[in-house]
Amino acid sequence: MAPSEANRDPKTANGSAELPGETAPMEKHPAPVNVGNKPARMAVISLVLLGVVGAFLYLGGWFSPEKLTPARFVDEFERVGGIHSGFRRNHAKGVCVQGFFESNGQGVRLSKAVVFQSGRVPVIGRFSLGGGDPHATDELSTVRGLGLQFSLPDGEQWRTAMIDLPAFPFKDPQAFYDNLVASQPDPNTHQPDPAKGAAFLASHSDTARALAIIKSHAPSNGFDNAAYYGLNAFRFVNADGASAYVRWTLAPVQPYEAGTGASQNKNFLFDGLIASIQQHPLQWHLVMTVAQPGDPTDNATIPWPEGREQVDVGTLTLDSVESEESSPARDINFDPLVLPAGMAPSHDPLLSARSAIYSQSYTRRAGETKEPSEITPSEVRK
Amino acid sequence: MSAITTTGRQQFNGSMRFLHWLMAAMVLTMLGIGVAMVASLGDYHRLVSIHRPLGVAILILVVIRFVNRQFSTLPPFPPTMSPQERSIAHASEVLLYSLLFLLPLVGWGMLSAARYPIVLYGSLHLFPILPHSVMLYAFLRRTHTFLAYLLFLTFVAHFAAILFHTLIVRDGLLSRMVPWRARAR
Repeated sequence: MAPSEANRDPKTANGSAELPGETAPMEKHPAPVNVGNKPARMAVISLVLLGVVGAFLYLGGWFSPEKLTPARFVDEFERVGGIHSGFRRNHAKGVCVQGFFESNGQGVRLSKAVVFQSGRVPVIGRFSLGGGDPHATDELSTVRGLGLQFSLPDGEQWRTAMIDLPAFPFKDPQAFYDNLVASQPDPNTHQPDPAKGAAFLASHSDTARALAIIKSHAPSNGFDNAAYYGLNAFRFVNADGASAYVRWTLAPVQPYEAGTGASQNKNFLFDGLIASIQQHPLQWHLVMTVAQPGDPTDNATIPWPEGREQVDVGTLTLDSVESEESSPARDINFDPLVLPAGMAPSHDPLLSARSAIYSQSYTRRAGETKEPSEITPSEVRK
Repeated sequence: MSAITTTGRQQFNGSMRFLHWLMAAMVLTMLGIGVAMVASLGDYHRLVSIHRPLGVAILILVVIRFVNRQFSTLPPFPPTMSPQERSIAHASEVLLYSLLFLLPLVGWGMLSAARYPIVLYGSLHLFPILPHSVMLYAFLRRTHTFLAYLLFLTFVAHFAAILFHTLIVRDGLLSRMVPWRARAR
């Protein structure tokens, strides 16, 4: 890099004349002074470059192997539930549905989101069971999920992923993760170690309280007559700029029936949903619960007190069902932070974490070969 | 471009210097946000919300910068640079411009293939530029990461070369790009 005699050769200068910036002959310039203390200057350069690379790696979490990252979280899902090519890392077993949301206009005073103006928007969704096994046996006690995507007329979208529990068992991603670790199957018994589960509960009073609330609500006997809860709080902003914290719930129009506990076939929940939706469209009221000052907006383990204002903003109708194999819903990430203008996340730490982890799961399964879903197209047609 | 000006301008013109330093700040911020957000749970959403509009801004600016460059007269390389070094410098400029153009475009493309709404701010969002295909998304997502690391390494090399010229060769290479008007050498 130091100046050399070759540099001063006019032939070489001409040879590089087509290079950009080559606009003046080199001979004009004086040779640079040779500097003393070159090793020290080289050391400074090395340190500065090391600092830049170090800062970059630091930001990427390379120096904090204990830090909970989306990748480590999904690794843990995979350790507990296994890797099933092409499937979601949690809520792996599912079936897809379509329909529409008919807004009654009542939500406009809470949020300026176009979805709340009177009218109808198309909805695509997916019912699922919690857990990483896409071929799990249906159980009444397994968490049921419903992911929805509302397609707004101007190209905006609202996505939400709800479950049938009235309280979320974990207040933050660390608690969720620690519980996953505690529920890892023992290599000998292939069952989770009950002592680890008990130790987790003993150290997580939020979880114990939430589980007590969950246990007081016996699950319904189907996907169609279950209520689905958004659980995390969101900040709604209306056209006047006024904001309010809300949580949403889908309240089923189909009457509640308690599960019997009698042994049934492997896919009885999904088969029941398919039969039900083929008989008549299924409907839920979308109900917004509005927080009062002081209500916890960053802790989904704590339901808000009874008597909070509830606004029925419209009706969700689901009228067709399809196997994952043929439905575009399989390839949708029901990221709870895909929100239209007028809806924003609260400070609930679960929200950003869910967005990050869903994205990680989506990216992993996206590039994998898609294995057949448990609920096949023929299962849906029969 | 090879027209020799009579005075032999020693500095990039004002608009080029302005765009260089504006984009330098944006791109470094972007690289930091990018590498941090993929390892973050709590800050993920906030960082992604900056990452997307900032990427679009970089895409627009790199096009403006490229066009501006075509209409500008470039200062000469200092005589201390050998032809080989000039070739390397030229190649690294081509690589940097290509990466600054491709990275946001691949980001836009991958979100399109995954059918994520590409929200810039409020209800303002970009249209998809590719069909819905998760396999395509997976490929572009990996490409995005690869290009980002390549951009970071190219930046480090660029920075190293400037440090070397400024502290060791001391040929005033940096004065061609400093934000202020440099004295003619």
